[in-house]
Amino acid sequence: MRKNQVAVVGAAETTKLGVIPDMSQMQLHADAALNAIEDAGLKISDIDGVATAVETPQQIAHYLGITPTWVDGTSVGGCSFMLHVRHAAAAIEAGLCKTVLITHAESGKSNIGRTPRMIGPDSFNGQFELPYGVTTPASMFPIPVLRYMKTHGITHKQIAMVAVVQREWAAKNPRATMKTPITVEDVLNSRMIAYPFRILQCCLVTDGGGALILTSAERARDFKKPVYILGTGESVETPMVSQMETFDSSRAFRTAGPLAFREAGIAHKDVDHVMIYDAFAHLPLYGLGDLGFMPHSETGKFIADGHTRPGGKLPVNTNGGGLSYMHSGMYGMYALQESVRQMRGIAPAQVKDAKISVCHGVGGMFAASGTIIFTNQA
Amino acid sequence: MAEAKRARPVPTPETQHYWDGAKAGELRLQKCDACAKTYFPPRPFCPGCGSRKVSVFRASGKGKLYSYVISHRPAPGFTPPYCIAVVELDEGPRLMSNIVECEQTPEALQLDMKLEVTFEKLDDDISLPLFKPARRSAP
Repeated sequence: MRKNQVAVVGAAETTKLGVIPDMSQMQLHADAALNAIEDAGLKISDIDGVATAVETPQQIAHYLGITPTWVDGTSVGGCSFMLHVRHAAAAIEAGLCKTVLITHAESGKSNIGRTPRMIGPDSFNGQFELPYGVTTPASMFPIPVLRYMKTHGITHKQIAMVAVVQREWAAKNPRATMKTPITVEDVLNSRMIAYPFRILQCCLVTDGGGALILTSAERARDFKKPVYILGTGESVETPMVSQMETFDSSRAFRTAGPLAFREAGIAHKDVDHVMIYDAFAHLPLYGLGDLGFMPHSETGKFIADGHTRPGGKLPVNTNGGGLSYMHSGMYGMYALQESVRQMRGIAPAQVKDAKISVCHGVGGMFAASGTIIFTNQA
Repeated sequence: MAEAKRARPVPTPETQHYWDGAKAGELRLQKCDACAKTYFPPRPFCPGCGSRKVSVFRASGKGKLYSYVISHRPAPGFTPPYCIAVVELDEGPRLMSNIVECEQTPEALQLDMKLEVTFEKLDDDISLPLFKPARRSAP
């Protein structure tokens, strides 16, 4: 894909985030969509492309009253929205549609009107993982981390620092769910969930949604603060965490990330701001390593030394992340929203003069990955 | 009230040989006749080269602890804390399992410790491969 041909011209989250017991999941989609359409200064009738995950494009199109000429129902977990951005950019460039709406919503906490996600007992997961007592992502996602730590010499304290640093970012963000400062000791003394991870190393469970509007860079000139798509990448590996090629790295990450960097034609030193989907505290380490910012063996020390915290040389997860900002279940949309805010210069914890933002998402338990590199420079 | 049981796998035609093996007390893997790749989970073709010429064989049942968590959350059929492990078999493939006949603690569960398969009968049709610390082999 050619860089800077497509831009985000509308971006918004649901009016409320956190606990929203008075809205169904579909209504959260609509609230986010209407906010994003208003943010772009458009009308529903301007939308001719629809992408969403878990729910279907037909549900969203019908609910909002859209007649699309292009849809994408890619649903690969929490990074689905990164893949939607990539696919939408290609579709707009190919002339399949002009203005795309991407929506996410999840009543993750209140469970109202939620689409069930079932694993059949005759599927691979049902036959070869579920019988061993995996239940929620908390019992699956951390399975690789002990091997990762042993291979790369990462310590428990270093991984605890991920949660500490992200709470520092969240403290600057009025919409963040958790803002009270925490220490490494707080993290390592918090309730055990799945050794080695404790509750402060696991994502929040909240309600919310978000939406993006994309159009061609040429049309984007008429909009306020367009944010350009500079590079994109995507991949999938396996739906079974036990079947990853290795636990020392994520194949989906190291396929999608470098693809986006090559397409953008940038070096790592050019990056001002990074979002790495943090469903659990080890993900920023995998992300920094697999995206090529540094060898995996240096990621723990890099974070523990404070380089990703406010004022650090590589600001990471500046909204507070899935650990402290919000996590409805498919957090990728909120990472994208924060990258767009940073590129527009309107983030609550704004990185000064940021021009390039890397937004990296995960789907399932390292099952899928999508990377979007944004810039505010036409 | 009956105690909740662990999730029971339902075999498909492609996986039946694996579950028949487990019922007979054997861990069965597949190997490609064309490229010699040994693989898991079961499929009637090689995920390495695509060949449909594959054979089922009895694996050694030996492996080592690749990684794990100790879950402290409730789960049907389990008493927390319990270990959810990934075992690397001597033949190469990895699979998820539980480690039994071993304390469920970080001290007892050391990465790379040698393991051997054992089977837990869930019902007349399904036995589940689990792993236990390997006995010290004779010198």
